[in-house]
Amino acid sequence: MMEGKKNLLMTSSPHLHEGSSTSRIMWTVTACLVPAGAWGVYNFGLTSLWIILVSVGAAVLTEWVITKLLKKEQSISDGSAVLTGLLVSFNMPPSIPAFIPILASVFAIGIVKHTFGGLGRNWMNPALAGRVFAMFSWTGEMTTWSAPVIGAGADAFTGATPLAQGASEFLSKQSYWDLFIGNISGCIGEVSALLLLLGAAYLFIRKIITWQIPLSYAASFLLLVWIFGGTVSGSGYFTGDILFHFLAGGLVLGAFFMATDMVTSPLTSKGMIIYGIGCGLLTFLIRIYGGFPEGVSLGIILMNIFVPLIDRFTKPVKFGNVKEVKNV
Amino acid sequence: MVKTFARGGVHPHDNKKWSRHVSVQNAGIPNTVVIPMSQHMGKPADLLVQADDVLTEGMLIGKAAGFFSVNVHSSVAGKVREITEIYLANGMKSQAVVVEVEEGFDPEASSMFLAKENWRTMSDEDIVNRIADMGVAGLGGATFPTHIKYAIKDRNVEYLVVNGVECEPFLTADHRLMLEKSDCIIEGIEISRKVLNADNVIIGIEANKPDAIQSLRDSIIRKNLDFEVVALKTRYPQGDEKQLLKATINREVPSGALPLDIGAVVSNVGTLYAIYEAVVLKKPVIERIVTVSGSILKNPGNFKVRLGTSIRELVDACGGFTEEPVKMIAGGPMMGFSIFDLNAPVTKGVSGILALSERDLKPAGETACISCGRCIHACPMGLSPTTLFKLIDHQDYEKAKQENLLDCKECGCCGFTCPARLPLVQMLRLGKLMLRKKA
Repeated sequence: MMEGKKNLLMTSSPHLHEGSSTSRIMWTVTACLVPAGAWGVYNFGLTSLWIILVSVGAAVLTEWVITKLLKKEQSISDGSAVLTGLLVSFNMPPSIPAFIPILASVFAIGIVKHTFGGLGRNWMNPALAGRVFAMFSWTGEMTTWSAPVIGAGADAFTGATPLAQGASEFLSKQSYWDLFIGNISGCIGEVSALLLLLGAAYLFIRKIITWQIPLSYAASFLLLVWIFGGTVSGSGYFTGDILFHFLAGGLVLGAFFMATDMVTSPLTSKGMIIYGIGCGLLTFLIRIYGGFPEGVSLGIILMNIFVPLIDRFTKPVKFGNVKEVKNV
Repeated sequence: MVKTFARGGVHPHDNKKWSRHVSVQNAGIPNTVVIPMSQHMGKPADLLVQADDVLTEGMLIGKAAGFFSVNVHSSVAGKVREITEIYLANGMKSQAVVVEVEEGFDPEASSMFLAKENWRTMSDEDIVNRIADMGVAGLGGATFPTHIKYAIKDRNVEYLVVNGVECEPFLTADHRLMLEKSDCIIEGIEISRKVLNADNVIIGIEANKPDAIQSLRDSIIRKNLDFEVVALKTRYPQGDEKQLLKATINREVPSGALPLDIGAVVSNVGTLYAIYEAVVLKKPVIERIVTVSGSILKNPGNFKVRLGTSIRELVDACGGFTEEPVKMIAGGPMMGFSIFDLNAPVTKGVSGILALSERDLKPAGETACISCGRCIHACPMGLSPTTLFKLIDHQDYEKAKQENLLDCKECGCCGFTCPARLPLVQMLRLGKLMLRKKA
């Protein structure tokens, strides 16, 4: 018989792919965070850029060293370490000493990600774990805020974040518009709700995030804030300031970019909704009744712990699981 | 509202533009054909000929080995050069008859298969026997023996559902057949309806083939029949019988059961055309329509191919490649097999030959599972491919079975969506193999 054609690729079906890849997802999310990061640098000055760079650098270096030591394939190009480093820096106050974000990134990549086996196997969001680690280790530095260097915020601002000030005090000096565009103090990457929402919109379009987690998270949180948020200041039920709590603090960054982390969120739509509601509930409890003005990071991290449990109880129902067989 | 199945599924680019407007042409008669004894699901046929035997067109050369097997006929007139073992396009080995085609053999000029049987006066049993004699198997790709599917005994068939979906990207063989042979397909349906005594006939066609929908509707009106043609929302894997039944009659085939258990029989349009030829023209299955396509073929098209013709001949019939293919596929790109030898022959189950380039394949590096859940969302069977993948990777086959591994039909939706590029289908196939080995 004639010779066959050589060098044809032999692999199992399916032979087509929609074109997505892990690295494309990671780099797209990273790119969608860049505008909000750029706003942070613009708003707080070049020290913020320095914080971002050392965070990313420390994360990438840790990834490189660990894969080298474990003789694993180099994994920096998949983008996940860069993304983790970027998210760590986004969760840092702009005036923080550089060693803190560096150690937070090392903790995120070295401990949270790689002790469990690296990409895909960590059960807790590495960047958030890095932030919480820094929060409990250097509480003072992590809650010292520097003023925006530009705009109305620079004049009106005293140092505390909008959430630390509270809605009424903040709104007596600044507007919802300042909150929306990010003319406020806070962590580097969380202040511009506008640019974060634009980035998130792109992720929606590219189907990298789906509506389930952000919507159930934000809706459940805001519903609870609306019902109970006013009781703390004595103005009664159904008086909570939804817009303020949506825009202030880390909710937008958390709900759209961190709770949606694929590795540490449930697999099915149903599971995602349960998880989102859990995040909303915990964030509400911590922010309104807890000792911290924030609540997003701890809320998400606590829900990360429940993900395997949620997955177990929200398995898909198989096709043909019908009770009645007609016409037998 | 346009109907479709309930959940899962994907939307690959349909890529049918290469061949959808190209009429079916004769692929030509090669000098040699290689006819395997195993062209169908079930036992290979028993060989009836030996070297130097003279064959006539349509002669029985392989007899069905028992009930779960299918007859094999010579697709040409000629002489047996040798009996040998070959690799089929799907990678399996088969005994095959190598036939040197008689010089000047011209099926168009021969007076074979001009019968016009009046099947309406035949008994159902005789019709099923004729279908078995002529070696009809499911030409959609699964090649299930049709005489077994139609041996329904005394069970009630509420619906005969005709599969004109052709949801695999690139493939247009059924599409062209529906356009060019609609009357014959309708007659094949009439024959099937009589045998099955089916109450209703529903023909499911995806909405990306409006001309085929119209063509069949016109035939039905001409013949004054009550068949219903349903336009389905384009979505893969709607051509799978379980999804098709969900879409057309909104019933789910229970896990492990057959369509007949919910009162339905599904037949593909290509098979129905073969049934028409078998019963009316007494013509055995010795040729089929094959889509030969891909962006890197000079002239992609649809060809009427004598079974046993090599894949290479079909590539030549398209004028060859414009660039070297990276991968070639027998069947559709979602469930077909990669080809390693262009000498492999076209058999009853080969609906397409595709030549793909790097651009079609969109390769990317494999990473660990990032638990995105896309495979679960895409699975039309309601399984968790990522969970099954990890269980099989840990060799926990029993647990995988409990997680419904055996309901996987390898449609490829999970692998199509997986950003980590894990070989999900391959792993699930391995899991099923290990379970079979244990049993």
